[in-house]
Amino acid sequence: MVTVVHPNLSDTDAKMSARDVSVFYGDKKAIDNVSIDIPTKYVTAFIGPSGCGKSTFLRTLNRMNDTIPSARVEGEITLDGDDIYQSGMDVVQLRARVGMVFQKPNPFPKSIYENIAYGPKIHGLAEGKDELDAVVEKSLRRAGLWEEVKDRLQDSGTALSGGQQQRLCIARAIAVDPEVILMDEPCSALDPIATAKIEELIDELNGRYAIVIVTHSMQQAARVSQRTAFFHLGKMVEYGRTSDIFTNPLEKRTQDYITGRYG
Amino acid sequence: MSEQIAPTRTPAFEARLKKRYAAEKRFKTMGLSAIVFSIAVLIYLLGSMTINGIGGFQRAEVAVPMDFTQAGISADPSVMGTSGAVQSLEAQGLPDVVEYFAVEELGEEGAEEIGSQAWRDVAAAISADPGIVERQETFWIPASANLAQGLAGEGSAEIQALASSLAEEGKLAKNFDTGFFTRADATNPQQVGIWGALKGSILTMIVTLALAFPIGVLAALYLEEYAPKNRWTDLIELSINNLAAVPSIIFGLLGLAVFLTIFPSYRSAPLIGGMTLALMTMPVIVIAGRNAIKAVPPSIRDGALAVGASPVQVVFHHVLPLALPGILTGTIIGMARALGETAPLLMIGMRAFVASPPDSFTAPATVLPMQIFLWSDEIDRGFVERTSAAIIVLLLFLLVMNGLAIYLRNKFEKKW
Repeated sequence: MVTVVHPNLSDTDAKMSARDVSVFYGDKKAIDNVSIDIPTKYVTAFIGPSGCGKSTFLRTLNRMNDTIPSARVEGEITLDGDDIYQSGMDVVQLRARVGMVFQKPNPFPKSIYENIAYGPKIHGLAEGKDELDAVVEKSLRRAGLWEEVKDRLQDSGTALSGGQQQRLCIARAIAVDPEVILMDEPCSALDPIATAKIEELIDELNGRYAIVIVTHSMQQAARVSQRTAFFHLGKMVEYGRTSDIFTNPLEKRTQDYITGRYG
Repeated sequence: MSEQIAPTRTPAFEARLKKRYAAEKRFKTMGLSAIVFSIAVLIYLLGSMTINGIGGFQRAEVAVPMDFTQAGISADPSVMGTSGAVQSLEAQGLPDVVEYFAVEELGEEGAEEIGSQAWRDVAAAISADPGIVERQETFWIPASANLAQGLAGEGSAEIQALASSLAEEGKLAKNFDTGFFTRADATNPQQVGIWGALKGSILTMIVTLALAFPIGVLAALYLEEYAPKNRWTDLIELSINNLAAVPSIIFGLLGLAVFLTIFPSYRSAPLIGGMTLALMTMPVIVIAGRNAIKAVPPSIRDGALAVGASPVQVVFHHVLPLALPGILTGTIIGMARALGETAPLLMIGMRAFVASPPDSFTAPATVLPMQIFLWSDEIDRGFVERTSAAIIVLLLFLLVMNGLAIYLRNKFEKKW
């Protein structure tokens, strides 16, 4: 069973590339031979039914699976042509370059300011208070949160509403100026209004960062992404332009999933 | 079609419902009575302790007016206030002067019942205020243990009669004994103080905390965050859990065999006591610490890792601050246990009679619970009240220590 890649994909500048990537949890194969090019300029969505491995695959892209002792990755994943699983790749630097936003908003139990400033501080990206203030403001502005929190930057990040917390987490990821942002179902814990704000935000960030988003909502994938990959049972079934996947899928399983026959 | 009653509206269902409420009520009553019982026991304990112990903070003292203008004692200002003051005054015959005034005031019989070391209190007063030697002053000096018993309505008929006659004249009374908080152990209950044991306890606790807290926290962090999960770490975990349950006397034997072999000249020292108690406290801190670290949500670790924090930064910037309240709770429990411990300290010689407060970590010392044990063993009746007073001091020390830890815990506690 080979992945169907739509022939009209003409992305020449792949930010990240996966070649024959398999992921194991102990003896269980969670991801089976996935190859994909993630473009620099677009939003790429991973869709598929629960347990299909799309989140697992996402977490291999910044080596967050390293924290799971039994997880093992085979194959090659490159960022700008460098293999991220090679011993020469520094995982701290990798994660600074490939940021991540999680399913459940997870701000640090510190002030809003501290949440944003943490990344730049540990990487030494800002010198002095003024520069740090500027980074915090810029990140919060980009995340569309500045107007809402500018008067209470010293309040705890956990005191914000769920949607605001998630935008805070996005701002936190942006603050270290990553090249790629991975989003693992960023809206699944949010109400429709907060979801709309996040989607708007993703639209605005599109083009500045390569964005990969895992989502359960096909409408969301259709709204925010330009590329869509459909995962099923650990395999990538089909990959192409979002418009093509949703209007003209080449695989029957993709067709069945997007028309709601299963999943 | 017959009328069908819904199964949740039948009489049988309602009877069952009533039973369920009754069970709930029974359970609530039982829980409440358990709490009332424990509060009653606590109030009884504290109440009886306080009533018995109040007397321990007082001592029987005799009023003796002394006219130093005729005594010929000189207080050299260059000596007074220094450690040589008492010696200088003794050489000038102050003990005899004090005895002379006592005989003048109380008669031969009464003067016999002045504590033999009473002149030392006078010497201390002169040393603090040399001007006394040029005027007349009434001193309250400690009565003998015998007279103190007489005042309490015990002892021979003669001494009771003497005590009551002196008390009627206003020359004998129980006064608050501030010296109790500055002196150390003595053979005479009129002369004992708690400061020696209290200071010994403080020094011992400092050593215990300084050793057990960092070692315990680092061990907990390493085991939770870094150690690979294999047979060896399982074995270590099992050993630590077992260590926490080992009877404390065994730790005393260990301290005796190991620490006193390495430092044979530090017998009875707070340093060795603290090291021994640290062995006992550390496993408690490790266990509490590991649980607190486990309770830190993984999402916080993920969040920190995802912005590129290194594992050490994740631990020290996020995990440790969030786990600290839990670690402190474990530390309180461990330290409170160590503070009340006597058995291991018996083995390393901290039950010695130590008549002066320890002036360093290596000086011979005893600790509060040991002092209580020693005093409760004395035959002299005067020690009974002193023992109760020492218990109150121990409990207050415990309260202060726990209060401090709870304050710190609340300060670090964060909500998410």
